[in-house]
Amino acid sequence: MFGPYTGPACFTPKAAMTLAIEQTKTAEPQARKPRGGVLDPIFEGLCFISATTLLAALVGVIGSLLVGGWPALHKFGFSFLTVSEWNPVTEVFGAAGPIVGTIITSILALVLALPVAFGVAVFLVEFCPPLLRRPIGVAVELLAGIPSIVYGMWGLFVLAPWFALHIQLPLMVAAPPGSLLANLIQGVPNGANILTASIILAIMVLPFIAAVLRDLLMTIPPAVRESAYGLGATTVEVILSVSLPYVRRSAIGAVMLGLGRALGETMAVTFIIGNSHDFPKSLFDSGSTIASTIANEFNEATGAMHTSALIALGLVLFLITFTVLAAARALLGPAKTV
Amino acid sequence: MASQLLIVRRKMGNAVFVVFCWVGAAIALGFLALILWSLIVKGLGGIDLKVFTMDTPAPGSPGGLRNAIMGSLEMCAIAMLLAVTFGVLAGTWLAEYAGDSLYGKVVRFVNDVLLSAPSILIGLFVYTLMVKPFHGFSGLAGAVALALLAAPVVTRTTEDVMKLQPPALREAGVALGSPLASTIRRILWRAASTGILTGGLLAFARISGETAPLLFTALNNQFFSWNLTQPTANLPTVIFNYALSAYDDWQRLAWAGAALIAFAVLFVNIIARTLARESRRS
Repeated sequence: MFGPYTGPACFTPKAAMTLAIEQTKTAEPQARKPRGGVLDPIFEGLCFISATTLLAALVGVIGSLLVGGWPALHKFGFSFLTVSEWNPVTEVFGAAGPIVGTIITSILALVLALPVAFGVAVFLVEFCPPLLRRPIGVAVELLAGIPSIVYGMWGLFVLAPWFALHIQLPLMVAAPPGSLLANLIQGVPNGANILTASIILAIMVLPFIAAVLRDLLMTIPPAVRESAYGLGATTVEVILSVSLPYVRRSAIGAVMLGLGRALGETMAVTFIIGNSHDFPKSLFDSGSTIASTIANEFNEATGAMHTSALIALGLVLFLITFTVLAAARALLGPAKTV
Repeated sequence: MASQLLIVRRKMGNAVFVVFCWVGAAIALGFLALILWSLIVKGLGGIDLKVFTMDTPAPGSPGGLRNAIMGSLEMCAIAMLLAVTFGVLAGTWLAEYAGDSLYGKVVRFVNDVLLSAPSILIGLFVYTLMVKPFHGFSGLAGAVALALLAAPVVTRTTEDVMKLQPPALREAGVALGSPLASTIRRILWRAASTGILTGGLLAFARISGETAPLLFTALNNQFFSWNLTQPTANLPTVIFNYALSAYDDWQRLAWAGAALIAFAVLFVNIIARTLARESRRS
């Protein structure tokens, strides 16, 4: 693993001997510190400072959001969270629309992604031919690596038109007027709506959840599963009554991690959600999320109060994701990157 | 008779489940294939020499993405320099010095939060930190925002791979009379180098496609420039602006840019995973 020794020549046996003799002559009574030992505290200090920088960064994020958002929070108080009027001209800002949009799209995305992710994870662990296990596993992980802006573009140019033409229009034609279905799907048939945004989000969080679930299922001791099989259980029974309960806690953590991703996702949603600040009235209505609102308006904010309201929105987003992520971490343990 | 029925029902249930799992895998792979297909058809077709040699054009005139590509590379390079410096040192502190101390646990938790914090909030933070006080968007601010996204990844991987190194390695180094700092730098970092490199590559893959934090930090620039104290062109922002524009040629450039980023990221990801696998094997 290492090349031949290239350090000081004093470590050839002869030189070492001379050095030892020299040292016995001049040695102080107590053991000497190794040469270069003065660097030890400096190096440790550098490492410590770097670690502290991370902490400072998080404190900075929270601090800047609090300070920047304070004017808006102070002016609108609790109504910032409950009012859905967002009007830069009259400087009335209520964030209920984006907040509700964020929560609805994320939860819809989770509902859509979870069954598929679960299927993928079980497939990789139980049914996949061994030869394909690694390529398919890597493919799923690659899906997680694609930048969100690419998902956004794909959603805008491929999914939205297809969705409008093949799902939205036929449904609107077929739905009897006044029925629940008709209410659920009213909107402009251009494919930019709450549901397509959720679908894009679902595609994005699917690989995350699938990869973590797969790793969890892999940690189950073979003896546990084999004993269930030995009792005559079918695969579905083993998975649902033995494997899943075994990793229940971490599995919930994995799902929360996916939810955290979906809540904070910006670009993919901004492309396709339609960007309206009202409460979404149906699945096919346009809406907005906190992140998409900030991305769209921050650079064009008309006044100090508008900027402050956007930063206050960021604070709300931080609080929501922080809660979800902290819960996920508590259930899952520390993150893994590879 | 009843038990016969039960067996049939259980077998049916199992068959349904098997099909469900296969369909799940097919859906996931199907989406990957669909997205790659769109990128190949719409993106790779639009990549020619002009994309690399000309700057972003006005609508209707010929042009490329040279300034955006260069801007992105510059910012990513500076960001990675910062992130690797801080990340490796912080990871080393967590693995070697922090132990089970309370402060170590706090930093570990903070790092996990930063690892999955919404990137747009990092953008807002750097806007408050660097853009507002200096009255101007700059490439440097963009690089700092990207560094803040990359550093937690490097920190986490560094800590993980250093903890994997056997204690005997540390003891051997110290027993040879080398100070702990040199033991860490010369022996542990070298032994963990593949893992740290993997972390760096993953971090690079993550930030090279990030858009949200650049919107309020680096902004954009129509022209080629080496000056990072000015607004700097970058691929993700150009893609965002051009994709949402009404011009066909701008949308074509956006697809070309998206394909460039996506395939670069996939490539880096594959290298990182291969490296990780190699080092795990040895």
